[in-house]
Amino acid sequence: MSRLTWWDRVRRDRILLLAAVPGVALLLIFHYLPWLGNVIAFKDYQPYIGIFDSPWTGFANFRVIVNGDPAFLNALTNTLIITLLQVLIVFPAPIALALLLDSLMSERLKRAVQSILYLPHFLSWVIVVAIFMQLLGDGGLLNNFLREHDLGTVSIISNPDAFLALVTGQVLWKDAGWATILFLAALSRIDPTLYEASAVDGASRWRQLWHITLPGLRSLIVLLLILRLGDALTVGFEQIVLQQQAVGADASEVLDTYVYNNGILAGDWGVSAAVGLVKGVIGLLLVLGANKLAHRFGEQGVYQR
Amino acid sequence: MSSRTTIAGVTVASKPVRALKGVILAACCAAVIVPFVGIVSTSLSTREQITRDGGFVLLPDQVSFAAYQAILSGGVVTRATLVSLFITIAGTTLSMATTILLAYGLSRPRSVAHRPVLMIVLFALLFTPGIIPSYLVVKNLGLLDTYWALILPVAVNAFNVIILRAFFMELPRELIESARIDGAGDVAILFRIILPLSKAVLAVIGLFYAVAYWNAFFSALLYLNDTAKWPLQLVLRTYVINQTQIGVDQLGAAGVALPPQEAIQMAILVLSIVPILVVYPFVQRHFTKGVLIGAVKG
Repeated sequence: MSRLTWWDRVRRDRILLLAAVPGVALLLIFHYLPWLGNVIAFKDYQPYIGIFDSPWTGFANFRVIVNGDPAFLNALTNTLIITLLQVLIVFPAPIALALLLDSLMSERLKRAVQSILYLPHFLSWVIVVAIFMQLLGDGGLLNNFLREHDLGTVSIISNPDAFLALVTGQVLWKDAGWATILFLAALSRIDPTLYEASAVDGASRWRQLWHITLPGLRSLIVLLLILRLGDALTVGFEQIVLQQQAVGADASEVLDTYVYNNGILAGDWGVSAAVGLVKGVIGLLLVLGANKLAHRFGEQGVYQR
Repeated sequence: MSSRTTIAGVTVASKPVRALKGVILAACCAAVIVPFVGIVSTSLSTREQITRDGGFVLLPDQVSFAAYQAILSGGVVTRATLVSLFITIAGTTLSMATTILLAYGLSRPRSVAHRPVLMIVLFALLFTPGIIPSYLVVKNLGLLDTYWALILPVAVNAFNVIILRAFFMELPRELIESARIDGAGDVAILFRIILPLSKAVLAVIGLFYAVAYWNAFFSALLYLNDTAKWPLQLVLRTYVINQTQIGVDQLGAAGVALPPQEAIQMAILVLSIVPILVVYPFVQRHFTKGVLIGAVKG
């Protein structure tokens, strides 16, 4: 059979090609076209003139970043602290939870617990924040209890000093259960004969955890850490916007809220676009770098070489 | 049963360790369930009880549906609920159609466009456009203050496309080839063979899309200046998180004694959770399958 020409193949696959058109068009318009919009990072963008006619300003908008404008630095610091907390606390929590769930003997109980713990993932941030207000707010469940027992009250919701603990707690409540799903699947794939053999050799359960279970989860952990790194400068945007009023910008401003507050609300378009652009580029570089590192350690990473 | 704790020869955890595990898991479950119970209870409570219990009721002595009557009698909340329902249904329908078609188009590696189109999808996954440029695109397309602004930018989720494509590619090739020999075209293969075999994964992806549309808060805040068009999440923020008092004017229930604010707030909250609770049990058992395909193959 002779090789089909390109045109023959297009004709043969015309239905498949047509099928892809609407999806590709939407991606091009809403994921690729905005890249062009980033040019306003190099312009003095004025909405009433339009992108094309706004004057070029070179790298002037980036000066805020380079010169270390205090508001920008505050947002950057808060972002990095929240990211650090997420890697140290939010990331390992589901692994521990998955190990706990996996050790449950009864399959039915296990499934019941799973369906309860997955649920908060599907609630919006507005709902989660509202729920936390009901529980921890000044008139919430906790403070009412404390007041009834003459134990004083604790201010959590509107206390800038408690903000980091609050957002971390909320992320844990919402997503720790859901994040176990991948770890549970990885755990179920570990060869049970490994455990049998190690038991014959007299390994304790802690040694089994260290020498069999954790190595079995290693490549998944690496993969998820890389993906998390790509989002290192993205921390709970909706979550924070919703609670910013109560605690003020000093404690709660992160890069995304900085871009929103200064760009869309305050009209400082160019600078905000510059910050957003730098943020995106750094995120991409972090993913690529981490992936390279993973390859060096013999892991597969997000994509292959 | 393959659970390794039952395998002979393996030491089972000691009693105190097992008790501790049980306590931790029970506490986790309670942390999820108790707030729900409290919200539903408060929404059903009378003014006397809410005052007595300090604003948040764990178990009502007396059940009253007044708060639900008030929010569902045609005011701001009713309208916002309808808006959210419309966006969710229209958006999910459009998303499923485009996602299925795109994944199908990509599921045959021999096809001409396979590589470039796959690249377009994968890169969309890696680079997410910033807030400002996305806003400018929506604005320049004239979509501000239209419901399209909440639907079109998120209509195709690249990750869902990848999940679905991986699933399509795992279906036995013999089935598709024998159908082709029997004279079935690409369209018939998609509708008669592939889709019926993919119900579980389609249900999961459908739920992901529906939840995303139903929960859309930030895009609505960003793109809808017209408060008359607000979906439920923005109403929630205004009346529950920002604690703006909700009055007879907003509720559309003229001449009725207003139920307590706390009950109304919690009733709005319940209203926004109910649709998720209704669908969740049906899709929940397919989660593992649906999520894993994407994670392992993507």
